[in-house]
Amino acid sequence: MAASIDINEYRGCWVFVEQSHGKPARVSLELLGKGKELAQKLGVDLTAIVVGDSLGSLPQELIAYGAEKVLVAEDPVLKEYRTEPYADVIGAAVIDRKPEVLIVGATPIGRDLAPRLSFRLNAGCTADCTGLDIDQENRLFVSTRPAFGGNVVATIICPNHRPQMATVRPGVMPLPEKATARRGEVVSLKVQIKEQDMQVKILESAEAASEGVAIEEAERVVCVGMGGADQETFAIIKELADLLNAEVAATRMAVEAGWLTHDSQVGQTGKTIRPDLYVACGISGAVQHTAGMTGSKLVVAINKDSRAEIFNYADYGIVGDLRKVLPAIIEELKTLRG
Amino acid sequence: MHTIVCIKQVPNVKEVKWDPVTGSLIRKGIPSIINPNDRNAIEAALQLREKHGGELTVLSMGPSQVEEALREALAMGADKAVQLTDKEFAGSDTWATSYTLGLAIQNIGGWDLILCGKEAMDGMTAQVGPQIAEFLKIPQLTYAISLEVADGKVRIKQKLGKVQRVLETSLPALVTVEREINEPRIAPMDSIMEAYEKEIPVWTPEDLSGEAERFGLEGSPTRLRKVFSPKVLKGNVQMLPGGPKEAAVELIRVLKEKYIL
Repeated sequence: MAASIDINEYRGCWVFVEQSHGKPARVSLELLGKGKELAQKLGVDLTAIVVGDSLGSLPQELIAYGAEKVLVAEDPVLKEYRTEPYADVIGAAVIDRKPEVLIVGATPIGRDLAPRLSFRLNAGCTADCTGLDIDQENRLFVSTRPAFGGNVVATIICPNHRPQMATVRPGVMPLPEKATARRGEVVSLKVQIKEQDMQVKILESAEAASEGVAIEEAERVVCVGMGGADQETFAIIKELADLLNAEVAATRMAVEAGWLTHDSQVGQTGKTIRPDLYVACGISGAVQHTAGMTGSKLVVAINKDSRAEIFNYADYGIVGDLRKVLPAIIEELKTLRG
Repeated sequence: MHTIVCIKQVPNVKEVKWDPVTGSLIRKGIPSIINPNDRNAIEAALQLREKHGGELTVLSMGPSQVEEALREALAMGADKAVQLTDKEFAGSDTWATSYTLGLAIQNIGGWDLILCGKEAMDGMTAQVGPQIAEFLKIPQLTYAISLEVADGKVRIKQKLGKVQRVLETSLPALVTVEREINEPRIAPMDSIMEAYEKEIPVWTPEDLSGEAERFGLEGSPTRLRKVFSPKVLKGNVQMLPGGPKEAAVELIRVLKEKYIL
């Protein structure tokens, strides 16, 4: 356990970059965009720390996305994510270089790694944040997350511990622009970890076959709520989605009722998405759901209840029975497409 | 084999009501339940005991009513329960919670496996499992959708987003479980009665060999600065009038105008 520390020894803003086969996770790039803004407010450099094996041109790519410095740990033992060696490498780098802020994408890997690191570093870590900022007056990192079921938002600080850590939900921060003209420094971290010392072995690893595009990457999403969760309506919703070239998503209630899997759930306990078009079918608009879709560019809501909360989040609203309104839209789309 | 399952008592969020005026949570009269993921952890531990024998202890920190959650776990089949209740523990963030649970686990002693739910349905941080593992300096295997123990080793199938992996490590270890791992049993009536006869020790900071300033709010690195209702309502919806046909025609026109179609 660390004794009390001098927080003024800690300077710099770090982003942990998650990667697979040398390709960065989208959320890590989103965090470079946000991290740059935080670093500027703090008057420090933005550092990306990336761990893996044979990462090729990835460090340069991270510079193009805004990192001023890239710390790279490459070794065959780090090829696939494992808690122990990743926490060892990053933990040692943090202890050595003392950043004041460390942010991590709230992916399954990030949510496995960040708490392990935060405990080791005696650091506070705010989970699944939807907002990050700097209180410049007090030089404090301020993170925001939904609390108490999502109807309120809490801002959280770590006044006396460093680094100040947070995991951030994918899709919340916009992707920064890539500028290949940017220059930065790449630093190799020494890795002294041996496979025979690793306590956890990966016996198998396989990507689950998934249908279609992940909803967080889809440009168009048709989302089904309990108002559309019956066999007949669901079939109509799928037809509409096909015609719109959209993915089908669902609210938590509709997922729990078995209409789609959790991978397609939008909201506080599911995913945050920001598609170009979001069509809400039979969704009441509970805040737990809308927390995951307010970044959508154009929202169309269809609900039989004219007072449904979802209309407050919509650009265009239609009051009516889905089983009448949706076939009418489908017919118009078919006419349009000839 | 001795398994310790860490459980949390949470408000039954599905029944939570919000005050339509203030937008705040109405906590009065909300029933508390064992966190659903933790129920899966209890079930997984019961199945391991059925197969390999041994002992199952449940552990929980919280206000005095967590006793109900521990009694229910005993009724499901746990052998022993330990409760951590004291005003010094109040206000713990995940760090201080993990510190306290970790100390209690050391105090219980003689264990091989720690099981936790992946996350609690109220806070949803998924941090306490990995943080306890770090405190105990043991490997963590997270997001288990299946779990086997053999020859002093634990093997899980891990759901890591789109990737599924099989991980193995030697005991002692900590595993966090997903809802998919099993269907938790319902405690039978007669064992509910029996569970009420069991002694549940209640531990306070004096029972744990920790540093006083690391418990509760004082020991929590994170601090709540403020809580507010997010007002992100667009509130400028344009309703498309008429019957289904008229509304559909108008919608298509709008989507074309916005270059969506």
